[in-house]
Amino acid sequence: MANEQDLQYTADHEWVDADGDVVTVGITGYAAAQLGDIVYVDLPKVGDEVEAGQVIGELESTKSVGELFCPVSGTVTAVNADVAASPEVVNSDPLGAGWLLKVQVTGLPDLLDKAAYDALTGAA
Amino acid sequence: MPDATPRQSPLHDVHVAAGAAFTEFAGWSMPVRYSGDLAEHHAVRRAAGLFDLSHMAEILVLGPGAADALDAALLGELSTTPVGRAKYTLLLNGEGGVEDDLVVYRTGEDRYLVVANAANRDVVVDRLRDRVVGFDAEVQDETDDIGLVAIQGPRSQEILLEVPGFAADDADPTEVRFRALLASLRNYRFLRANWDGHPVLVARTGYTGEDGFELYAAPSLLPRLWAVLMDIGRGSGLVPAGLAARDTLRLEAGMPLYGHELTALTTPQQAGLGRLVQHGKGRDYVGRAAVESPEAEGARVLVGLRAEGRRAGRAGYPVVDGDRVVGVVTSGALSPTLGHPIAMAYVDRDAVDARLAIDVRGTPLPATTVPLPFYSRKA
Repeated sequence: MANEQDLQYTADHEWVDADGDVVTVGITGYAAAQLGDIVYVDLPKVGDEVEAGQVIGELESTKSVGELFCPVSGTVTAVNADVAASPEVVNSDPLGAGWLLKVQVTGLPDLLDKAAYDALTGAA
Repeated sequence: MPDATPRQSPLHDVHVAAGAAFTEFAGWSMPVRYSGDLAEHHAVRRAAGLFDLSHMAEILVLGPGAADALDAALLGELSTTPVGRAKYTLLLNGEGGVEDDLVVYRTGEDRYLVVANAANRDVVVDRLRDRVVGFDAEVQDETDDIGLVAIQGPRSQEILLEVPGFAADDADPTEVRFRALLASLRNYRFLRANWDGHPVLVARTGYTGEDGFELYAAPSLLPRLWAVLMDIGRGSGLVPAGLAARDTLRLEAGMPLYGHELTALTTPQQAGLGRLVQHGKGRDYVGRAAVESPEAEGARVLVGLRAEGRRAGRAGYPVVDGDRVVGVVTSGALSPTLGHPIAMAYVDRDAVDARLAIDVRGTPLPATTVPLPFYSRKA
């Protein structure tokens, strides 16, 4: 699991682990808690071209549907098959085993650091 | 626009301490979940869950003319409901549309307790006040002075029987008497009790499809009552349960929700509640001509839909027959108990038996019409 201090964040509650030119993307624990128990995850396919801000997937809980906004631009190099089979992993380990996809980036927009994201969610 | 701070339940601090996440619902800040929607849902099906329903509206109709007034005001024939029993009924508009669904408890010859949805509190109070004019009856909105918690699930009764401090509110005001009455209390009946000296109405009613009880008491009593219920019940699997679990539970049980399955534009027959229309009812009531007309059947009817996989249709999604939109989903979720998606939807009567699909954000999800409820508890 990544150190949450080292991750970058979006206002749409995704996190980005930008270590090198392939970044890992997931949703934050805050977002997972807001959704409730996640029961279905829809992700793009490996090879898909994605753009920052684009809706590239969905996470459904028993209660609601959340859209997954791509935080970066580039090409999808991997999607997490484990979360498709066991979506509850996104709730139990959102920053670790619950990662969603990896993207070879062509563009990395300005993202939030941990302090800025915490300020957004009202976390202490 | 109403942007006032949402009202907090008298149990708010208890919920915060239990780690609840809150949602705003009908002007109230209420627990949406504690540990997790699914765990809470399963606990109610398998053991028991405790719900804070402080947001619900409690309205008293009192006076020698109360029975006749309610007969004129509501779909059901409340004058024939014996004291000690509850009845599920509807408030209609003049066109036969549903303005709210209600549980009405007859608490005395001249007294009724009408329980309405939080969002409809003002509408129900206003309509009842208008409709009791000319009868020797009055309407009192007691929502601020009556709180409500519900214990639901197969172990509810055994838990409630162990709670110390209850006494029957009758000629034999003892704990023994209370337990005897509770042990033999039948569905949609209630009894009057005192807990630690304070009045509590204990009703065998609920909105989950399980056995269970609803406890009406002064709001100030609820934190202590909640604490003792949790203390006694925890070992039997009782968990606090939020509005998210309440919604999936009632959906599985095929119970309509105002604003989803029930609206001012739908008739009882369309909503599958035609049984509530009593053609032999003695008194005229608002909406009678409309709901007794053949047109009350309506063009669309509420159906249950089941699908495969894990992706659910949600409220507002179209129901399609090929390229033709033939209906709309009113509630839907992946059923925690059944493991497949379920939905309730209004569908054109002539399309009910077609090969339907739910349009899930552009992807057709094949769906089969099934009888409601999706889930019934074993007798």
